Amino acid sequence: MTATIGSRMLRKEDPKLLTGEGKYIDDIHAPGELWMGMVRSTMGHATITSIDTSEAMEMPGVHAVYTGEQLQEMGLWIAPLPCAWPVTEDMVNPPHFPVAVGEAKHVGEIVAVVLADSRYGAADAAEKVIVDYDSLPAVGSIEAAVAGDVMAHSDLESNKAFHWPLIPDPEGTEKAFAEAAHTVEARFVQQRLIPAPMEPRGCMAIPSPAGGDITFYSATQVPHILKVMIAATTGIAESKIRVIAPAVGGGFGGKLNVDADAILSVTLANHLGVPVRWTESRTEAAGSSHQGRGQIQYISAAADADGKITSVKVHLDADMGAYMMLITPGVPLLGSFLYTGVYDIPNLSFTCDGYFTNMTPTDAYRGAGRPEASYAIERIMDMMAHEIGITPEEIRARNYIAGGEAFENYDAASTLVFDSGHYRPAHDRALEMAKVADLRAEQARRRDAGEAKQLGIGMCTYVEICGLAPSRALGGLNYGAGGWEHATVRMLPTGKVEVVSGSTPHGQGHETAWSQIIADKMGVDPNDVEVLHSDTAKSPLGLDTYGSRSLAVGGVAIAMAADKVIEKAKLIAAHQFEAAPEDVEFEAGSFSVAGTPSKSVHIQELGFAAFAAHDLPDGMEPNLQEQVSFDPPNFAFPFGTHVAVVEIDTGTGGVELIDYVAVDDCGTQVNPLIVEGQVHGGIVQGAAQALFEVANYDEDANITNPSFMDYLVPSAAEMPSIQLDSTVTPSTSNPLGVKGVGEAGTIGSAAAVINAICDGLSPYGVTDMEMPATPQRVWQAINNSNGGAA
Amino acid sequence: MIPAAFDYTVAESADHAIQLLGEYGDEAKLLAGGHSLIPMMKYRLATPTQLIDVGRLDDLSYIRRENGHIAIGAMTKHAQLETSDVLAADCPMLQHVAALVGDPSVRHRGTLGGTLAHSDPASDLPAAVLALGGTIVAQGPNGTREIASSEFFTGYFESVLAEDEMIVEVKVPAGSAGWNYQKFNRRAQDWAIVGVAVADGGSGISLVNMGSTPIRATAAEEALAGGASIADAAALAAQDTDPPEDLNADGEYRAHLARVLTQRALEAANG
Repeated sequence: MTATIGSRMLRKEDPKLLTGEGKYIDDIHAPGELWMGMVRSTMGHATITSIDTSEAMEMPGVHAVYTGEQLQEMGLWIAPLPCAWPVTEDMVNPPHFPVAVGEAKHVGEIVAVVLADSRYGAADAAEKVIVDYDSLPAVGSIEAAVAGDVMAHSDLESNKAFHWPLIPDPEGTEKAFAEAAHTVEARFVQQRLIPAPMEPRGCMAIPSPAGGDITFYSATQVPHILKVMIAATTGIAESKIRVIAPAVGGGFGGKLNVDADAILSVTLANHLGVPVRWTESRTEAAGSSHQGRGQIQYISAAADADGKITSVKVHLDADMGAYMMLITPGVPLLGSFLYTGVYDIPNLSFTCDGYFTNMTPTDAYRGAGRPEASYAIERIMDMMAHEIGITPEEIRARNYIAGGEAFENYDAASTLVFDSGHYRPAHDRALEMAKVADLRAEQARRRDAGEAKQLGIGMCTYVEICGLAPSRALGGLNYGAGGWEHATVRMLPTGKVEVVSGSTPHGQGHETAWSQIIADKMGVDPNDVEVLHSDTAKSPLGLDTYGSRSLAVGGVAIAMAADKVIEKAKLIAAHQFEAAPEDVEFEAGSFSVAGTPSKSVHIQELGFAAFAAHDLPDGMEPNLQEQVSFDPPNFAFPFGTHVAVVEIDTGTGGVELIDYVAVDDCGTQVNPLIVEGQVHGGIVQGAAQALFEVANYDEDANITNPSFMDYLVPSAAEMPSIQLDSTVTPSTSNPLGVKGVGEAGTIGSAAAVINAICDGLSPYGVTDMEMPATPQRVWQAINNSNGGAA
Repeated sequence: MIPAAFDYTVAESADHAIQLLGEYGDEAKLLAGGHSLIPMMKYRLATPTQLIDVGRLDDLSYIRRENGHIAIGAMTKHAQLETSDVLAADCPMLQHVAALVGDPSVRHRGTLGGTLAHSDPASDLPAAVLALGGTIVAQGPNGTREIASSEFFTGYFESVLAEDEMIVEVKVPAGSAGWNYQKFNRRAQDWAIVGVAVADGGSGISLVNMGSTPIRATAAEEALAGGASIADAAALAAQDTDPPEDLNADGEYRAHLARVLTQRALEAANG
C-alpha cells in the first residue's frame, strides 16, 4: 500500500480502540492494589479546624486515612507541586501541597486521603471522614480578586500574583491612539471552561518488589515531563521512575499537569510497598481538575481614516485560581503575541495581571491563551468595521499582513517573526463556500419581513502560534524547560522500521502520521513501521504533546532521523555495489548506481547487513539506527478564515448554528483525514465556548454546575455539518513545511460564532454578547433593544 | 459518581413487587429503566438500601386500544411509544413526545410508568399525559385504583402514590385532533427549559418545568374556551405559575418562554 505524506490513510490506531482492545488506565490492574479516595473541600475558603478519621478507619477494607498534616510529617515529598513557569522574578507562588494543611483554598482541594481495597470502599470511607471548617471570606470571581477586599490566601496581602508587560514601543502606541481617526474599546469575558476529556484522569503507581523502582501509569499527555517532575517533587531518583501513558482518551490540556494524585500515588506506593491507584469521577473532573480560560480582557484599537488599524492596546486580568500549577501563569501570556492577529498593525501594548481566587486552578486548555487573543482581536475588528461603517470582510481585507499576499518572515509588532502566511485566498474561499452574498440577501429579506427567526453571519481570520517551541524563545519567557523533541529511527534486522517518538499521543494519531512520514521518506509500507511511544523506558527522551507541537517538532525529528538512516544505508549500499556513495541514488526505498538501474538493493534488505556487520565499510559502526533532537528555529503560524451562520429565534432567544465553513492552512498536511478530524473537534470546542459552556461559580466560590447535566458540552445534534477546505502555505520553520492543527479550530470558532450573533442582532442595537450566548442572554439583549423590528 | 451500597431484588410480578415494597418500606425504591434513579444514586442524592427491579415485568409492557382509550403498560419503554402504530393512529402526541425524551439510550431504558412515578416537573411525558387528561392506574396491597393525571402530581418528585403502590398502567383518550408539543432546550438530549403540550385544539394545555409539578395552564385554557384569540390566551399561559430559577433561566424568562411556546403550540395545533 502507498500511504505517504499527504494521503488520507485510515488511522492505524483505530481498529484496536474501536473494538475495545485499547487499554486505558482503568482497564489496568495490579495484584494487591489499593484505591485512593479523596476527601475534598466543600468550602471555597476555610480554616480546617479538625479532621476526624476514626469512623472512616472502621469501614470495611480501609487500610489507612491520611490528613494533610500527617502526610507532611511523613516527609513523603521534598517540594510542593511544581509550577514550571514563574513568569516574573517576583511572581507570588504560595506553596501548593498535594493535601491541604490548615487552610482549604478552593472547593475540591484534597483535605484527606483514604486508602481502601476497592474503589467503592474508598468512596464510602471518604464520605465518613468528618472535616470541621471555619469558613473564611472567599474570592469567587476575578472582579473580587482585583477589588482585593477579600484575600484568597489569608497570609497574603494582595491577590495579585504578577504583572507582565509586553510593550515593545510605548511611544508608538500612544502616538497611534492620539492621532487615530477612529478608536473602539471593549471588555470581553473569557469564562472558565472545563476540559472534559471523554476519559477522566487516573493513575496507578506500582513499586517493584526490590530495588526501589516505581512504575507509574497515568492518563497523561506528558509522561516525560511527569517523570522529571515526580523526581523533583518526591526526591525519588529519576532513574528509578518509569512513566507509562496507556491508551489515553483525550486531554485538551486537562492532562498536562503534575497533580496531587500523581504525587500521592507514587509516594504512598513507595512508602507502603503496594500498588496505589485512583480513577477520577466525573464530578471530581468537573470541580477539581484544572480549568481553562478565566480572563477579563480590556482591549482598544486605533485606526486611521482609511480603516487601517494602527495600534492595539490590551490589558488582561487573569484568574490563576487558588494556586499556580504547572504552567498556570504562562497560559494568558501565550496569547500576548497574537493580539495583532493576522493584521499589519505596527503597535501593540499588552499587560497582564495574574490574580489568585478561591476557585480551581486554571491551566492549559485547548489553545491556551491563543483562542482568547484571537477572540479579542477578531471581535474588535468587527466593532471597528461597525464604527467606520464598512463590512467585516472589508476591514479585514484592508489590514491583512502583506495586503493579503503571500509573505515569509514577517516582523510582527509583538517582536515575533511569522514564518509564512497568505491570508487572502482562505478569506475568499470561505466567503465563497458560505455563499455570503446569498446569505446577506436572505438576511435582508427576513429583516424586512420581520420574521421571528433572523440570520447572522460572522467571520474570523485567525493566526496562531504553535509548534512549541524554540528552546531559546521559551527561555526568554522564563519557561522551565526546552521545546525540542527527540526521535529515534531503527531499521531492524527483519526489515521492519522501529520509530521511537518523544511526543506522546492521547488520541491524535501519531502512529499513523509517523508511519506515513517514514513510508514517504524510506519507501517502505506504513504497516512495516512500528511506533514506540508513551513509555519512558522505551522512549527515554521527549517533551510530549501540547501546543500543537507533535508534528511540527516531533514529526520533523522523525523525518530528520529517517534521513540520517538513509544516509548511513547509502554508504552500506555503495560498499555492496563497490561504487562511490555519490554515485548511489535512492528512489522509492531502493538504492542503485546511477546508470545501472538493474543492480539495486532495498533499504529494508540492508537492516540485516547492518545488524550482522559481516561486511560494512571500514570503520562503520554496526546497526542502522539514528536519533535526532530537533529544536525548531522558530514557531509555526497556522491561519485560516472561518464563517459561522446562525439562526436566532427572536421569540425565545435560542441560537442555532446552521452552517459553518472553515478554510484552514496548517502548511503541508501529512494526513488530511486527521487534519479534518482535528479541525472538526476544535471548531466544536470553540463554538461550545461561544454558545454552551461555562464553569459557573457563586460568590462564595462554589462551583454550581459540576455535572454534564448543567455543564453543557454540545453533541453532534447541536452542530451543523461543517464544511472544510484548506490552503497550503508551507512553514519555513522546519524542513517538512508543516505547521500544526490541534488547536486551530478552537482558536477560530468562538469569535466567528459571536460575530455572527452580534451581526444578526445588529438591528436591535446589540453590539456585544457575553459568552456563552445563552438563550436568556440573547433574549434579554433583544428585550433591552432600543429599536428594530420583529 | 459512586453509589452507596444497596441490595437488589428482581420482582417476579407486580404482586411480588408490592409485597416487597410492604416488607422494606421507605428503604426501598422501584427500579424500572433506572435512567433517573441510578444517576441520583450515583450522586448519592438517593440512597435506597433496597432496589426492587420491576423493569423485567414484560406483562406490563403493552400498548392497546380499549373502549375509547389507549391502555399502556407501565413498563412500556419510550422507544416503544415512539414506534407504536397504535399511538401513531390514535394518540400521535404521545408518540411525538416520547421521541423527544433524552437520547436513544435513555429511550430504550426509560419507561412511561417510571417517568410518571418519578414526577419530575421538567420531564416531557408527564406533561403530555396531563394535557391529554390521562389516567394512572396504581396497584397496591388492596388492589388497583385509578388516579386522574390532574390529581396525581403533588410536588418536586412527589405524587399521590403510596409507599406500597406501583403504577401498572396509563390510560389516555384516543384522539388525534389539534395537538402540538413545544420543547425548548439548549441541547437535544436535555430536559426542557420550558415545554408546552397542547391537546384537543387547546382544551388541554400543560406546562413543563414551570413549577414543582407538571401543570395545566388553566387561565389560558379557560380564555380559549371562552372565545379568546390564541394570542390573548397564550398571554395568560404563565399566570399563577411559580417557575424555578437555574443557570438556564430565571423566572421572568421562563414565564416569557411559556407564553411564546404556548402561542406557537396553539397556532400549530389549530393550523
